[in-house]
Amino acid sequence: MIDFSRNHYALFGLPERFRFEADALDRAYRALQTEVHPDRHVAGDDAQQRLALQASARVNEAYRTLKDHVTRAEYLLQLHGIDPTSGTDTVLPVAFLERQLERREAADEAAAAGDVPALDALQADVRAEAAAIEGRLAQLLDGDGAWAAARMPVRELRFLTKLQADIGAMAAVLEE
Amino acid sequence: MALLQISEPDASPLPHERRLAVGIDLGTTNSLVATVRNGIPVVLPDAQGRPLLPSIVRYLPDGVHVGHEAQNEQTRDPQNTIVSVKRLMGRGLADLSDARRFPYRFIDGPGMVGLGTRAGPKSPVEVSAEILRVLRERAEASLGGKLVGAVVTVPAYFDDAQRQATKDAARLAGLDVLRLLNEPTAAAIAYGLDNASQGTYAVFDLGGGTFDISILKLTRGVFEVLATNGDSALGGDDFDHRVYCWVIEAAGLPPLSAEDTRLLMLRSREAKENLTLHGTAPIVVTLANGQKVDLTLTAENFTAITQNLVAKTLAPVRRALRDAGLQPRDIQGVVMVGGATRMPQIQKAVGDFFGQPPLTNLNPDQVVALGAAIQADVLAGNRRAGDDWLLLDVIPLSLGLETMGSLVEKIIPRNSTIPVTRAQEFTTYRDGQTAMAIHVLQGERERVTDCRSLARFELRGIPPMTAGAARIRVTFQVDADGLLAVSAREQGTGVEAAITVKPSYGLTDGDIARMLQDSQAHAADDMAARALGEAQVEADQLVAVTRTALAADGDLLSATERAAIDASLAALARCREGSDHRALVAATEALNRATGELAARRMNRTVARALTGRQVDTLS
Repeated sequence: MIDFSRNHYALFGLPERFRFEADALDRAYRALQTEVHPDRHVAGDDAQQRLALQASARVNEAYRTLKDHVTRAEYLLQLHGIDPTSGTDTVLPVAFLERQLERREAADEAAAAGDVPALDALQADVRAEAAAIEGRLAQLLDGDGAWAAARMPVRELRFLTKLQADIGAMAAVLEE
Repeated sequence: MALLQISEPDASPLPHERRLAVGIDLGTTNSLVATVRNGIPVVLPDAQGRPLLPSIVRYLPDGVHVGHEAQNEQTRDPQNTIVSVKRLMGRGLADLSDARRFPYRFIDGPGMVGLGTRAGPKSPVEVSAEILRVLRERAEASLGGKLVGAVVTVPAYFDDAQRQATKDAARLAGLDVLRLLNEPTAAAIAYGLDNASQGTYAVFDLGGGTFDISILKLTRGVFEVLATNGDSALGGDDFDHRVYCWVIEAAGLPPLSAEDTRLLMLRSREAKENLTLHGTAPIVVTLANGQKVDLTLTAENFTAITQNLVAKTLAPVRRALRDAGLQPRDIQGVVMVGGATRMPQIQKAVGDFFGQPPLTNLNPDQVVALGAAIQADVLAGNRRAGDDWLLLDVIPLSLGLETMGSLVEKIIPRNSTIPVTRAQEFTTYRDGQTAMAIHVLQGERERVTDCRSLARFELRGIPPMTAGAARIRVTFQVDADGLLAVSAREQGTGVEAAITVKPSYGLTDGDIARMLQDSQAHAADDMAARALGEAQVEADQLVAVTRTALAADGDLLSATERAAIDASLAALARCREGSDHRALVAATEALNRATGELAARRMNRTVARALTGRQVDTLS
């Protein structure tokens, strides 16, 4: 069998960093799929097709994890023995939570009023805060190697991603 | 066969070694078969030179008519003449909101809806297989040989049940399915290669009975679907039906017989087409009771009665763009596919939405079949390395499981790139619980009743534990055809249960075997000859691939391993001379097993090479 016990970074030949050259992941992903995708093994028997299916699914999973900044940060922490999604690791700063609560209330009001531009503005706010956190996170992970300290911004980022998706869904409902 | 097929840089197959492969567009209204000849995709016409085969099957007392012949009799024999069967694929009677529109004798049952015909009850799979069989025979006659396989297209928004039904129909028609390919993706191949495009494109595919929108990114050598959406029960048929309803109302007609219904539907379709061609459309019909209808459909009328159908296509377009994280202005081109996109109302709506005129330079009826043919050519291994490409497609609808409170827990979200494997752990909720019911669902809604039920199965034999102690890992795997398999395993004890998602709506292998036997087209010796032919094709392919592999990577084997493979090759060569297909299949399987380890080692080497290549790229 293929040695897919290698971690996602090793699979793509990338350095174990939060930030890397933007195109490098896409290029490595395409190069690997070009070899392992089931379409390349159509003439194979059941065993080989199963092998190609597993390999291709594994490459897709690794790509999905590294493509998104939240799952990438979580994965990097896991590689250093920290599980940022564990049940006990849920505390968030009070000021942060209050800010998001206010945004959520504002989003509910905008949705009730059918105000799509207001929802778009809220989403932009959330995006801006997420970008700032991502900058801090990059320093902690790639600069300082401060894995434990990175847990909080990772959680915040996950929270904001969810909030952004929820506001987006509200806008989607209004648009239809 | 167990070996990797890696084309050597200049190992282009010689013309006589070309493997015969076709692309089939199994459409709601018309079906087509196409192939690649001298590097150019062409639609294969019938003996009379007609490229389209109407997707109409008529059951006679002593046989079956498919296509034009059936079409000519449809108003006279509506209950035995099945049109638009694609709308029934993978559907139960309860799923058909528009069942009354069809003049058939529906047979309700636990699975897929059945149709009562004078030839007995028929499943939509069997009806579709009749259409596919005619296309296979047309291709074999035209190409002068047995097909290695076919790429069969399906609407991108088809769910698991509909895809499985299509694959079953192809098997029943004696086709080896190389791949189920999404229709808009097929169209993108035909367009992308024609125009040598790079960038992000939308494919708007409004067929006779289905609507798809796909957003694709084309990079050199890779077609990547970013998002897909649609409505698997919206198409040109619905526009015809609006015209039909308008005629009934305008002419004040009473409820009609099945014959008159079909006649009026036919005239309504013609009126819609005439409107597109000529800008005005008379509708003149004489009903069975002698009553005459004489109306004129104007563009204004038509726009008014169909505007909400047009609007209905734009909602999925918005959803697909949102899922792809894009705005209309990010799209470089919009490809129009499907006969229904000829309507000026559709072209205007799409043009207005994207702020650019849509691309219509390929025949919208043929573009899907042509793209499928090109992909079949690639999958059959007829292209040189470097002169081929890769498709990365997605699943259209989320897959999940029923959890407490009749809610759906999503395991694989929509627009995940396939193939995909995802697992999630669940636990028991009662003390001493020894079994767990697993209910697999597809759809975007939160409640079980709002999603499509794909399958139910049980994991039994879990040792009694306190509630919450068992760890049951449920794994979903979607293959490159977009078909799902589910397995469940209790982690502590290893108790296991698995299912290929078929029982709710699909056919069992036993059903298929029975249907194959029932089928008159497959008399006994025909079957034996066919089996031998298939076994020979398989054997020859395996031998060719094995030789290539040994030549390229023979160094990966020890002398003993090499000798075992050589012995299997010799044994297979002996069986190839005879006419015993079972012996040939057994020898082929033996060679397969002998080369299994080599295949795995080659895969490793290939992966290593791919990465090395990439790193060199990055440096340069």
